[in-house]
Amino acid sequence: MTTIDARGLSCPEPVLRARRAMQGLAPGGDLEVLVETVTSRENVLRTARALGCAAEAEATPDGGFRLRIHKP
Amino acid sequence: MRERLTRLFASRWGIILVGAVIGVLGVLLRKLGNPANMGICVACFERDIAGALGLHRAAPVQYLRPEIPAFVLGSLIAALAFREFKPRTGSAPILRFLLGAFAMIGALVFLGCPWRALFRLSGGDLNALIGIAGLAAGIAAGVAFLRGGYSLGRAAPARGAVGWITPGLMLGLVLLALIRPSFLIRSESGPGAMHAAIGISLAGGLLVGMLAQRTRFCTMGSVRDVILARDTHLLSGVVALLVAAFLLNLAFGFVKFGFGAQPIAHSNALWNFLGMVLAGLAYALAGGCPGRQLFLAGEGDGDAGIFVLGMLSGAAFAHNFGLASKPDAVANGVLQIGGPAPNGQLAVLLGLAFCVAVGFAMRERWEVKR
Repeated sequence: MTTIDARGLSCPEPVLRARRAMQGLAPGGDLEVLVETVTSRENVLRTARALGCAAEAEATPDGGFRLRIHKP
Repeated sequence: MRERLTRLFASRWGIILVGAVIGVLGVLLRKLGNPANMGICVACFERDIAGALGLHRAAPVQYLRPEIPAFVLGSLIAALAFREFKPRTGSAPILRFLLGAFAMIGALVFLGCPWRALFRLSGGDLNALIGIAGLAAGIAAGVAFLRGGYSLGRAAPARGAVGWITPGLMLGLVLLALIRPSFLIRSESGPGAMHAAIGISLAGGLLVGMLAQRTRFCTMGSVRDVILARDTHLLSGVVALLVAAFLLNLAFGFVKFGFGAQPIAHSNALWNFLGMVLAGLAYALAGGCPGRQLFLAGEGDGDAGIFVLGMLSGAAFAHNFGLASKPDAVANGVLQIGGPAPNGQLAVLLGLAFCVAVGFAMRERWEVKR
């Protein structure tokens, strides 16, 4: 599985990188995106929904979030 | 409860509601004393603060506007309440300082930041359309750099002091505004002499700061996200601001359509456009409009705080070096079109060259962990 580490990047770079990875994902593929802020979490989740991917977020011990994205 | 509120604010209706509330507050602040079509203007208000502190000596634009510190403190309160206050810094602060300074110079050549462009348009000032077109062009150039791998690099978590310093400075500004020591300068005429009562400015600013922190309201982002990803989320908030402000301006009889002799504005189309190209590009490269930078600073983002200090310095340069535009004037019934002097025109071109150089110089290969 591919992991995009977008922690510490300012807006809109997390979305840009996640979006590019999602577009390159084959159907059935999975992607993991690490982000630091709630803003990035919401932006990436919204982008995933717009691209028809399933996405869920979980908090990580460092105060950030791990986003699991699945392309159906 | 906290998570549900976060979802509400992150929703389409959340951003529309907040945009409309900001539009109403902006026009109310103008009704209650702020200058015409300038109920809220981040660039103008920071310029006024620079003047109040004596960083420049342009007599008509010196007043310690309480809205600016209130924006930061409102954002701080919301960020603390929702556990989103995260001290961080280290993403090319020196470049952010200069982007802030040039963004301010561009905005003062247009005579307003993107926020004021919206309020100007809502009051019928059609020059704002040209400014917004320039803003969009500058943002589009910024998007091209982002697509090419532009990045100012990662910020890293920092100790508390880094996050608290900007809110601390802003609290100091509020205290100065309340105590009014003799070294503080106040305009006796001109836009700087027009302001709502301090309590109203503070309350309005705190509310805007809290709401904008929750929704990530960003005027630059609204255009950028449409160009970058056809994402109209932030744009719907900006449109709501415009519509709400227009309707309230209409109700108060403030709407006057036209180009010439609009309040604190000039009708020099070329420099309205180019000034905002510079501002738009600088905001896009820095990742947020001037308002968003204040709200980020309230969340503990030290780099956004540096951008704000850059804007304050840019305002001082803009007036000390005669870079800011002169508004249109009517003398003996004849319209005199304002705009920037050659100094200001040169500064805009220099700023554009700087931003383009930063855009190319800060490209990086994207790291992907497998």
